[in-house]
Amino acid sequence: MARVEVPELPPDPTAATKVAELEVPPEIVAQTLGEYLRAWAARVRAGDSGVLPVIAGLAVITVVFQAISPHHVFLSALNLVNLLQQSAVFMVLAMAEGFVLLLGEIDLSVGYVAAVGGVIGVQLVQPATTRWPWWAAVVAALLACALIGAAQGTLITRLKLPSFVVTLAGFLIFNGVVLILLLLGPFSGYPSLLGDDTNRQVLYHLMWGTIDPLAGWIGMIVIVAGLGLALWLRDTRRRRSGLVAPPLGLTLLKIVLMAIVGLTVVAICNINRANIGTVAGVPWVIPIVLAVLGAWTVLLQRTSFGRYVYAIGGNPEAARRAGIKLASIRTWAFVICSFTAGIGGLLYASYLGGMSNNVNGGQLVLYAVAAAVIGGTSLFGGRGKVMHGALGGLVIGGIYNGMYLLGLDVQWQFIVTGLVLLSAVTIDALSRRGATTGSVAHV
Amino acid sequence: MSDANVARAGAQPNAAAPPAGEARLQVRALGKHFGAVQALSDVDLDLPAGQVTALCGDNGAGKTVLTKCIAGIFQADQGQILWEGKPVHIRSPRDAAHLGIETVYQDLALADNLDIVQNMFLARERLRGGLLDEDAMERDAAETLASLRVTTVRSIRQPVGSLSGGQRQSVAVAKAVMWNSKLVLLDEPTAALGVVQTKMVLDLVRRLRDRGLAVMVISHNLNDVFEVADRIAVLYLGRMVIQDAASAFDRQRVVQYMTSGGTNGSG
Ligand SMILES: Nc1ncnc2c1ncn2[C@@H]1O[C@H](COP(=O)(O)OP(=O)(O)O)[C@@H](O)[C@H]1O
Ligand SMILES: [Mg+2]
Repeated sequence: MARVEVPELPPDPTAATKVAELEVPPEIVAQTLGEYLRAWAARVRAGDSGVLPVIAGLAVITVVFQAISPHHVFLSALNLVNLLQQSAVFMVLAMAEGFVLLLGEIDLSVGYVAAVGGVIGVQLVQPATTRWPWWAAVVAALLACALIGAAQGTLITRLKLPSFVVTLAGFLIFNGVVLILLLLGPFSGYPSLLGDDTNRQVLYHLMWGTIDPLAGWIGMIVIVAGLGLALWLRDTRRRRSGLVAPPLGLTLLKIVLMAIVGLTVVAICNINRANIGTVAGVPWVIPIVLAVLGAWTVLLQRTSFGRYVYAIGGNPEAARRAGIKLASIRTWAFVICSFTAGIGGLLYASYLGGMSNNVNGGQLVLYAVAAAVIGGTSLFGGRGKVMHGALGGLVIGGIYNGMYLLGLDVQWQFIVTGLVLLSAVTIDALSRRGATTGSVAHV
Repeated sequence: MSDANVARAGAQPNAAAPPAGEARLQVRALGKHFGAVQALSDVDLDLPAGQVTALCGDNGAGKTVLTKCIAGIFQADQGQILWEGKPVHIRSPRDAAHLGIETVYQDLALADNLDIVQNMFLARERLRGGLLDEDAMERDAAETLASLRVTTVRSIRQPVGSLSGGQRQSVAVAKAVMWNSKLVLLDEPTAALGVVQTKMVLDLVRRLRDRGLAVMVISHNLNDVFEVADRIAVLYLGRMVIQDAASAFDRQRVVQYMTSGGTNGSG
């Protein structure tokens, strides 16, 4: 028999409208800032928390550690700059992991791939052996990491092996590779970046070098003014041509927030943080992290490649039927992930002042995944932004730093980090169940 | 339904129509099997411009397989496809798109996490200076939606996952007609929809026909079929048992073809 028509239940229009309203991002329908805030609050009440967990996490970390750290040292200039430096590694690794998480894949090898990048960089600049110029060492380290990404990505996409297994194998392999590379040369497994040759010092200064305070102010003002102006021009142009644009108040609010963050960071960094003598200025690592954040944000939000990454993460079959070449986009995402991990590894080496077999790639990858997910990247693919990894990295950095200040032993660090990862994943799963959509591929 | 005749009389073959009497797409003696299952055998089908052809058939009759053969997802084992009178080989969805064939699949091929504009331009993004030209894409998408009178969405920038079934279907159809398409295939576009949403999609189908497109609609629902179809074709166990003007059918006759492949002497 041909199918008989099923009688329709009378639809409840008010309920439907309400649900639809909650699922539409407020910035695209609100006309005023007040409307936006009301819609945003309604979404949060309905369980779509957005960036709220990160902001709340940062606030809790700040209040708790400031209250219980010895001599309330958490908010001191010295500690805050240190926190930014520690977080930088987690932020970069989380941004790396974000690319594969967006596809609904995972890369468990980022920690040791980062370490491979770090150790290659450190080894190549050693004056006692290879004596490569710092920039060549950086290029070689990043290239090696990109090749690792290409190899793992090819296995995953062409042979259709699960990314979980391939990168778990990578985790072990590159742990071994790091140990082998460390033993090369006459350094007893501890090649160092400390020393008075200026070439080697460049790598040390990635993390520890500071920008002249005045230059820091000027640089920050140029960046904030440039980004603010671009945002303002884009939003007003779109509003004028009748395209979807956030309310004027929201655009202004974003610019003001950006300025406040910029001013605060530079002001804190420019306070003398040395006990004896003077150490002041923005560490180089901050503009480096900002550059990674900016470049990858443009790639994900403003190019076809980025659009395809989101499409594949959201609905691979739709992407395939649209004519997107899934295998090559996926492989490139793994390349970018490992390449970015290499940047994180060089920063890590710089932070440690060299490399040794103390590097714990297992912990690094867990922090990276945790940071990305805490920031709002979904483990199920298709949802998340580069910014989320950066914010999540800051949360992880804050926990790491605070527990260090409290003098807690490493076993407590492991347990707390594990719990934080677990809660982030729970929030992710719950928000996915609550609302089918979330923060999407919008800027 | 007398509607069908009225609608047919109002159909306007467009300027670029092929020579009189020749359908825009002709399927000839098409065969397709999966292992031992002969999904299609010796199928003929004509899809003329400016007309809606309804493809009917019971579950498993081969409607989706036929659609996918035309859309380049499956390759037929036997037979021929003629596009505007010339034999063509459609080996991929890209080939189909090049000819001007667009398909709206049963399981909607939309990414829930992308918004309406992003979905409509997926894999055909407009670029400026190497970067996505969001303004141009949004303007064109809005124009297409307005011209098809798809006006119930709250914002063209809302994620597709937040749309109702009818709205999603409308977006999928609008996406299909954005690209100067000449033939649109819709696989069960109303299967999951309520009454109001079904009407919305059927109105949309009529507008495609009025633009001079060739349209093929697969449906189980005879109400829908008689509401929009100018022609009706019936598949039964992978064979085309009849195709004719909609006015030549009544409900009972279509049901008989669908369930037994013939009229059993009563029609
Ligand atoms: N990819 C496939 N592999 C094997 N058999 C298939 C495949 N797709 C369809 N078939 C078979 O072909 C026949 C027709 O299916 P289909 O075209 O989906 O029916 P419908 O008319 O309901 O759309 C069915 O017997 C189905 O099992
Ligand atoms: Mg079907």
